[in-house]
Amino acid sequence: MVRAVHYLNQFFAGLGGEEAAETPPTRLEGPVGPGRGLAAELEGIEIVATLACGDDYFGEREEDALARLLELLERERPDLLVAGPAFGSGRYGFACARFARLATEQLGIPVLAAMHEENPGVAAAEGKVLIAATAVNVAGMREALPRMARLAEALAAGRELGPPAEEGYLPRGFRRNRRAEASGAERALDLLLDKLGGETRSEVAGGFDGVEPPPPVADLSTALLALVTEAGCVPQGNPDRLPTIRAQRWLRYELGSAQTLAPDRYESVHGGFDVTLANEDPNRLVPLDTVSALAAEGRIGRIHDVFYTTTGNGTPVAAATSFGQEIAAELRDAGVQAVLLSGT
Amino acid sequence: MLAKEIERAGVPTVFVTSLPTIATMVGANRIVRGPAITHPFGLDETERRRIVERALEMLETEVEPTTVWEVDPS
Repeated sequence: MVRAVHYLNQFFAGLGGEEAAETPPTRLEGPVGPGRGLAAELEGIEIVATLACGDDYFGEREEDALARLLELLERERPDLLVAGPAFGSGRYGFACARFARLATEQLGIPVLAAMHEENPGVAAAEGKVLIAATAVNVAGMREALPRMARLAEALAAGRELGPPAEEGYLPRGFRRNRRAEASGAERALDLLLDKLGGETRSEVAGGFDGVEPPPPVADLSTALLALVTEAGCVPQGNPDRLPTIRAQRWLRYELGSAQTLAPDRYESVHGGFDVTLANEDPNRLVPLDTVSALAAEGRIGRIHDVFYTTTGNGTPVAAATSFGQEIAAELRDAGVQAVLLSGT
Repeated sequence: MLAKEIERAGVPTVFVTSLPTIATMVGANRIVRGPAITHPFGLDETERRRIVERALEMLETEVEPTTVWEVDPS
C-alpha cells in the first residue's frame, strides 16, 4: 500500500472558518473532510494522516509553517503528498503549492495539488508540482476528487502522463516533443479560423507580464495621493452591494472632508479573511487617519477626495486587470501623482 | 493586479500587503509587507504611521521591478 499524506487548510480540515485562520500546523489521523471522499476514490493508496494549517498562519509565517509541516510530514514516512483541492482560494492554493514543492524538493517524493487555473498557487508551484485542474469553487468537488485520485495513482505508479488537457492537470510550463497530425501552418490556420468564429485557443499557455516601475514621486509634499484598496472597504451596509468574493466591479466613494474611516460609517465586506479587526477600525485597511495627519503636517500635498475599492478575492485575472486600467484612467484624469494601495 | 495596471499608466503605486510573494508573482513593483492579512496597516496608530511612512518612502524611491520592503520593527 502506498502511504499518502493529505494537506488541507483549517476550513476543510474541520477546524473552523476565518476565525481559525491562525491555526498552526496540526496533524490529524487518517483522511479528514474531502480526504474521505478522496480516499474512497483511491486504489492502492492509503491516506495515513492529514496535515492542516490555517491560511493566515501560513501566509504570515510561511517559513515557520513550512518547517513544521515538513517535520510532521517526514514522520509519516510518506510515499506521496496530496494537497487540496483549493479551488479559487488564493491563500489556500498558495500554501498547497509551497508545501508540495518543498516536500518534493526535500523528501524527493511525488506531490500533487489541486486548484483552479487562476489560483496564485499555480504560479507559486513554478511547474514543480503536478496540479489537478479544478473549478473555481467547492461546487467542483465531485469532479475534482476522481481526477486527483487518477493523477495520484499515476504518480504513485510512476506512469508517464499524457498532455494536460487529456489528464486534467494544469500545464507545468515545459514542452515535450511529439509528432503532430498537422503542420504548424495548418494548426495556425485552424486557430485563426476558430478565433474568427469567436473561440480563442492557444497551444502555449500565457503567463503574467511585468511592467517597468514608473519613476518615483518627485515631491510628495506637493503631490496628490489617492487611496485604493482591494480589501473590500465600503460604507456601512454596503449600499452598492460590492460582492464579498469574485467581484465583477470596483466602486468609488467620496471622502469629502473626512479625516478618518470611522467604524460607524465604514466596514469591510471582503469574504476572504476575518474582518472583525478591520471593522473595529477601518483605518487598519485604508489608513485615511494617518495619511490625513501626514497631509496636515505637510509630508503629503493633498489626499484625493475619492477612494477606490474592490474585493481582491477570487477575482479573475482579466477582470482585475481591467479594474486596474479603469481606475488608473480615473486617477490620471484627476491628476493623482501617487497611490497607496492596500490589500490583504 | 491593480498595482501593476496603475503603474503601467505611469502613476507610482505602493502596495501594502501581508502576502508579498503573491504580489510579486502578479507583477506589483513597489511592495511593503504589512503585519497581518486581517490588518495590513497594523492595529494602532503608531504602528500604522510607521507602515505608511515606509510606503511613502518607497513612492519616493526608484526601484527595480517587484521590490519588497519590510517595515522596521519599533
